[in-house]
Amino acid sequence: MRVPLSWLNEFVELPKGSTADSVMAELVKVGLEEEGSHGYDLVGPIVVGQVLEFVEEEQSNGKTIRWCQVRVANSGQKAADGGEDVRGIVCGARNFEVNDKVVVTLPGAVLPGDFKIAARSTYGHTSDGMIASARELGLSDDHEGILRLVTLGIDPEVGTDALALLGLNDEAAEVNVTPDRGYCFSIRGTAREFAHATGAKFTDPIDSVKPVQGSGFKVEIKDDAPIRGKVGSTKFVIRSASNVNASAPTPAWMVSRLKLAGMRSISVVVDITNYVMLEMGQPLHAYDAQNLKGSITVRRAKASETLKTLDAQDRTLHLEDLVIADDSGAIGLAGVMGGASTEVSSATTSVLIEAANFDGVSIARTARRHKLPSEASKRFERGVDPKVAEFAAARAIALLEELAGATADELGSFVDNSLGALTVFLPEDFASSLTGVTYTATEITSTLNEIGCEVASVDGGFEVIVPSWRPDITHKTDLVEEVARITGYDRIPSRLPVAPPGRGLTKRQRMRRAVLNQLAATGHVEVLTYPFLKPEQNSYFFAEGESRVVLANAMQEDVNEMRLTMLPGLIDAAKRNVSRTLTDLAIFEVGLVFQPAKSSKSVTLPNGTSQPSDKELEMLHDSVPNQPLSLGGLFVGNRIAEQVGRKASKSGYADAIQAARVAAHAVGVELELEQSAPKGFHPGRTAKLVIKGTDVAVGFAGELHPELASANDLPRQVGVLEINLELLFAHAPELVQAGAVDTYPAATQDLSLVIDQDVPAGKVLEVLTQAAGELLEDIVLVDDYRGANLEEGKKSLTYALRFRANDRTLTQLEASQARDNAVSAANAKFGATIRA
Amino acid sequence: MSENVEITKAAVDAAVSDALKLIQSANDLASLKAIRPTAVGENSGITKLSSLMGKLPGDKKADAGKLIIAARAELNAAFTEAETTFYQAEQNQKLIEESVDVTAAPMTQVLGARHPLSLLQDEIADVFIGMGWEIAEGPEVESEWFNFDALNFDADHPARAMQDTFFVEPVDAHLVLRTHTSPVQVRSLLERDLPVYVLCPGRVFRTDELDATHTPVFHQVEGLAVDKGLTMADLKGTLEHFARIMFGPDAKIRLRPSFFPFTEPSAELDVWHPGAKGGARWVEWGGCGMVNPNVLLAAGIDPEVYSGFAFGMGIERTLMFRNDVKDMHDMVEADVRFSKQFGVVL
Repeated sequence: MRVPLSWLNEFVELPKGSTADSVMAELVKVGLEEEGSHGYDLVGPIVVGQVLEFVEEEQSNGKTIRWCQVRVANSGQKAADGGEDVRGIVCGARNFEVNDKVVVTLPGAVLPGDFKIAARSTYGHTSDGMIASARELGLSDDHEGILRLVTLGIDPEVGTDALALLGLNDEAAEVNVTPDRGYCFSIRGTAREFAHATGAKFTDPIDSVKPVQGSGFKVEIKDDAPIRGKVGSTKFVIRSASNVNASAPTPAWMVSRLKLAGMRSISVVVDITNYVMLEMGQPLHAYDAQNLKGSITVRRAKASETLKTLDAQDRTLHLEDLVIADDSGAIGLAGVMGGASTEVSSATTSVLIEAANFDGVSIARTARRHKLPSEASKRFERGVDPKVAEFAAARAIALLEELAGATADELGSFVDNSLGALTVFLPEDFASSLTGVTYTATEITSTLNEIGCEVASVDGGFEVIVPSWRPDITHKTDLVEEVARITGYDRIPSRLPVAPPGRGLTKRQRMRRAVLNQLAATGHVEVLTYPFLKPEQNSYFFAEGESRVVLANAMQEDVNEMRLTMLPGLIDAAKRNVSRTLTDLAIFEVGLVFQPAKSSKSVTLPNGTSQPSDKELEMLHDSVPNQPLSLGGLFVGNRIAEQVGRKASKSGYADAIQAARVAAHAVGVELELEQSAPKGFHPGRTAKLVIKGTDVAVGFAGELHPELASANDLPRQVGVLEINLELLFAHAPELVQAGAVDTYPAATQDLSLVIDQDVPAGKVLEVLTQAAGELLEDIVLVDDYRGANLEEGKKSLTYALRFRANDRTLTQLEASQARDNAVSAANAKFGATIRA
Repeated sequence: MSENVEITKAAVDAAVSDALKLIQSANDLASLKAIRPTAVGENSGITKLSSLMGKLPGDKKADAGKLIIAARAELNAAFTEAETTFYQAEQNQKLIEESVDVTAAPMTQVLGARHPLSLLQDEIADVFIGMGWEIAEGPEVESEWFNFDALNFDADHPARAMQDTFFVEPVDAHLVLRTHTSPVQVRSLLERDLPVYVLCPGRVFRTDELDATHTPVFHQVEGLAVDKGLTMADLKGTLEHFARIMFGPDAKIRLRPSFFPFTEPSAELDVWHPGAKGGARWVEWGGCGMVNPNVLLAAGIDPEVYSGFAFGMGIERTLMFRNDVKDMHDMVEADVRFSKQFGVVL
């Protein structure tokens, strides 16, 4: 809400020297947050001038200018800038006549955009000032020539300060109105809040208006389908005026205030309805009475009923839309926008003013359905004071009389089915028990009185009658907020509550952190990526048919799926880094991936005001997609760069597998590797990650399929891994059981086996370990040799074995025996032979 | 061969003198080792002399023995000294040869980093863990019931439209990307025994275009306490403690009236940031208030018996003014330089 200060000052006294900033600083104390200030940004001298004469001069550029003599001060007196009373001014516009009163910006004046006015040479003359257009003054967008004051219906004296005359010295404070304070979408409401903030005296604008009840115009409220049990309209006031001069100019002060409040001047009748809405918070609508057919009915729209609204859009109405109808059908979307057929025009001579109260839910749905948020709908959605309608109508009629020469008449109607005021019981000590502030009974009473409540002290507390403009107050807690806010939140003391002894992080939370920290400690950089993907990005790694979580309103239409995998996000991240010449990357991310829920059937949401049944809760839980925590990692370029005494080490599948090992190690799990070729990965350089001692696969580590890498502008060799952390965590040991640390000397043996090339070294190692028995303490693959001296299709695998007994020093013979057992097993299983 | 055997002092002296000359002639360990047999070993003059000892008449043995022992001692000392000197020199030489330019030490492993948004969430969690609170989590694709209805956002409440919500297909399944971490409040209240003191950090979503201060995907941390007798004073005390840990002992907080459907009374939270770039100042930090009775009812809790407070703030925003991050793009673009400048500390 933008609040022009001059307007605010009519209903609450502003301290001398108030500015938009100082007003906002006060309003923020009572909960109206500052949004910014708005002004005309003009510096004088800017005065009323009168064109005495002009000569038209054609220029070489084809343009015709007028060389004008303009009186800017009474004869013989000094002008506002201290200069002569008549000035020579060059003017490009030609829409004025001799003797017209105009606005002259004299040398020294400054226009918006730091446009400094000075006497300057132009078109062969010294132009000693400028005749301003309405746009140059910021008053409107009209730049069809200069502003002739006669069009505003005024004939001020020459030399008059035009800033004050036209309201251009005013400024507006803009505050953010929270959804519970609809009444603050008015000068009336913000003035009241300013009074609460400062203690200044508030005068209610409705106090100076005397409503008149019209009669004889038939209005019927016929709501056959109330929404959520609420009738669409509870109040409907019509007043009528005739002899309206609809083409009368809107006075400058009103144009200026509307403009500062963020509204354009349209015509005197429309301006008046907007002005009164801004002042009192009651949206009004003006109908051209002559185009109205018969009486008015407020009803729901009929099937496939249409309406052309004021914005010239033909709209097909919805059965839930509340409409204003006459005998011809719908003539307006109630509380949202009027219809074209009864629009007020310059030819209008009699006007009906509607001041009604509509159900917020109904209006909100209609505004949203037709994508038509209006100043009116905004106010109805948040609740309009039902008592203000007749005052607003009377004020509008009075302004029509004053500004458009209209005559008020008796014709009108008055339907009022408003609910009575709500009474809320506030227990005596409730405010104190919720805020920690000790309030006296007097304090509570006076504070609530101040915001407009009627308060009666009763046994054990207060009976509080809520003011008509506060539909948000329905519960005793709402009253506590009012007491706390008006007396000031700074009165709330500070006390640190003691929680019961906590259990620290859960094991899952500790494991998550351990994975993150261990990966960071081992040279990986954590990044965060958006979880939104293009469908084809999920399809890099998952079948097209795999169902996904899809957004209904993605910000980019083609990026509408939630990630099933961390990898596409990391690929994008890598792409961006590489494009910034950061070509050696080891990045990882831990986050959720999204798998559609078992059932995607429609869900009826339970009421939010009580605890759902177990069955309802189960339905809600089942509707939510499975979202496991996942770890993704990606390697590009060198893992270690070339340095003094070292060659570069290129990253690839081994780094990905090592990162997987680190992550598993962080939670006490060991992984086994199986050759694998999942979608999107390099078919020959990828391992399935299996929890040791189980057949549970938790993910993959290896390299990206080179085609995928190249399609994403990445080098051919990109190491990648992904682990389902939920599965990994599920296999973390509850408790690590310690084994003995044996101290007898160890015996070491090396073993080279010749074996078919397609036998995985990991499988051989498994068999060797198994067969070598308990004495084997450690076994490491140290070489995989292929080439000269070996039979075609064979390779030589060399393992280093370390044996140790827990009760004696091993002899070489014992160690050799164990080794030979291992060899026999490898021979039996894979045809392995000892390399000669 | 004469039977007249004698071991004279002159002979011993001559043998010693010859040996010392030999020792002095050596110029490194190797040459010293080479002359060892002739200087002090089996081929040395002194050994030859001592081999005569057996043939000496008994009364001469004692004196001769003394001479030999003294000579040997002298020679051994001289040899050891030379040996030590040469050893030291060789060791020194070796150390010189082994020397490297340590300022050119290679990185044997690159240094990793945590993302600061992720670290900050951990750091905040630790503050509350230290106070006995627990950390609660919830899904990012969430049922509208938890995200809105249970939090007192009526289906037609303007506040519900004001949240720029991502909806999931099919829309009648009523799933959204959670617009705040507050649904975790409701889940916690439904799942846990009272009293509840939980902190919920996590990722949230709103349909805001990415610019210097907005991102459609961001992080919040939400606190919730429900117990008997909690007041706004407890809220204020908790926030003050939190602020002092995050921003130093001079930090303080300020509450301003505001509106949230799930709290009543509600407040905006400002923090006095003593270390702010450009001087200490008030900074908007988050929102808070007393848990709306309707939220307690939705979780099956009697608001006449229990009360609670809740607060929430943006992690991005906190990082921006705490660590002087100037542009939201830096936090969301996954440029490794951003994470790396923090390493593993904030």
